[in-house]
Amino acid sequence: MFDVPGWPAHLAGQHVDVRLTAEDGYSTQRSYSVASAPDGDRVELTIQRVADGEVSPYLMDVMEPGDRVELRGPIGGWFVWRPEQAEPVLLVGGGSGIVPLMSMVRTRGAVGGHAPFRLLYSVREPDDRLYAPELLRGEPGLDTEYLYTRAAPPEHPRPVGRLTAEDLVRGGWPADRRPMCYVCGPTGFVENAATLLTALGHDPDRIRTERFGPSGG
Amino acid sequence: MAIISRGFHGRRPAPGRNLPPGQYEVHDFPVLSAGPTPHVTHDEWEFTLTTETSARHTWDWAELMALPAETPTVDLHCVTKWSKFGTHWEGVSLDTLLADVETAADFALVHSYGGYTTNLPLADLLDGQAWIAHRYDGEELAPEHGGPARLLVPHLYLWKSAKWVRGIELLLDDEPGFWEGLGYHSYGDPWREQRYQGD
Repeated sequence: MFDVPGWPAHLAGQHVDVRLTAEDGYSTQRSYSVASAPDGDRVELTIQRVADGEVSPYLMDVMEPGDRVELRGPIGGWFVWRPEQAEPVLLVGGGSGIVPLMSMVRTRGAVGGHAPFRLLYSVREPDDRLYAPELLRGEPGLDTEYLYTRAAPPEHPRPVGRLTAEDLVRGGWPADRRPMCYVCGPTGFVENAATLLTALGHDPDRIRTERFGPSGG
Repeated sequence: MAIISRGFHGRRPAPGRNLPPGQYEVHDFPVLSAGPTPHVTHDEWEFTLTTETSARHTWDWAELMALPAETPTVDLHCVTKWSKFGTHWEGVSLDTLLADVETAADFALVHSYGGYTTNLPLADLLDGQAWIAHRYDGEELAPEHGGPARLLVPHLYLWKSAKWVRGIELLLDDEPGFWEGLGYHSYGDPWREQRYQGD
C-alpha cells in the first residue's frame, strides 16, 4: 500500500513502474499492476515474490512502512476497464494475473456498476488464491469460479486441470453477447485462453491480453 | 532527484553487458502482446509497402524467401524493462525491400495482422538497422514471437519491432501507432529511456 501525493486517478487494469536506487546511483525498475480501485492518493500493489529476484524480495523483506520509493504511473491505456462500459465482462486470470482483474472487480464495486462480470481464476491449489475472503464474499452481478490446476478442495465439482473450452463456455459469456474479455497471466495461460476464446467465436478485438511471468522480477 | 532506497544494493549487469538505463537482463524470451496471437499461414502471408502516392509493392512468402537474407545478432530491449543479449535472427533487410521504392516520405507506419500498428521515422528502417525477420535462433519464427514474420528494429524498444507484420505505409507526416496513441513514446530510444510521452 503506497500513499502517492498527487496521484491522478488510475483506470482499473493500469500498472505502475517502481524504481529502486542504490546509494551509488545504480537503479532498476519493475512494473506492477495496481490491485485497488481509484481511491485518492492511495495505491495498492500486489507483488509476487520472485525467489531470486532483484526487486520483489526488497519490496517484501527490506522495505518498511514509512520508506519512500519512486513510483511512476498510471501506465497503460489498453488493458483497462472503464465504469461507463455497459457490456458483460469476462475476466480470465491465471496466478498473479488476477491482480489487474481485481482492480476491475473493485472498481466496479466502488462505483456500484451494473455491468455483469464473470471471473474465471486459475490457480494451482487453494493456498494460491489471492483475495480469497473478498472474492468468496462476492458481490451482486459478479460470478467467480476457481479453476484448480493441481489440487482442488475436496468438494470442488471441476476436475483439476488447465483451462478448457468447456470452462469458458460454462463460466464465460456466449460470443453473441459481445462481452469484453480480459485475460491476464503467464504467457502459456494467456496464449491458451485467447486461442480458445477466438475459437469460440469471440472477436479478437474484444479479447484484451496482458502477459507476464516471473522474468527477473 | 532520485530517492535512495534504504538498504537496496541491487545487481549490476555482468561485465561486458551494456544495459540501457532502467533495464535488466533476462535469459528467456518473454512474450507480450495486446490481444490474441494471429495465426497466419505462409500461403496467406503477404507484405505490402505503400508509398505516399499510394503506389504498392507486394511480396508473397515465396518472393520474400527468394530475396537475400541476412543473419543479424542483436540485443533486444523491451519497454517492460527486460533486455536480452545476443539474439540470432534471419531476415530480409528493409534496405533490400525499399531499394526500388520511390518515396519522399520521412515516416513509416507499420501494420500487423491482428490490427497492431507502430510508427517510426523511415530513416530508422534504413542503413542496416531493420529487417523483416522470419527465423529466430535457427528455427521458423513461432507465432507468439510474431511468425511467420516480424519487423526487427533492435535499436528501438521492442514494441517498434511489430510482430505479424503485413505492411508498411510510408507517410509524409508522422502518425501515432497503437501504443504511441496510448501514452508510449513516439520514438522509443532505449539509450535515452524514451518509454513514455514526455521522456
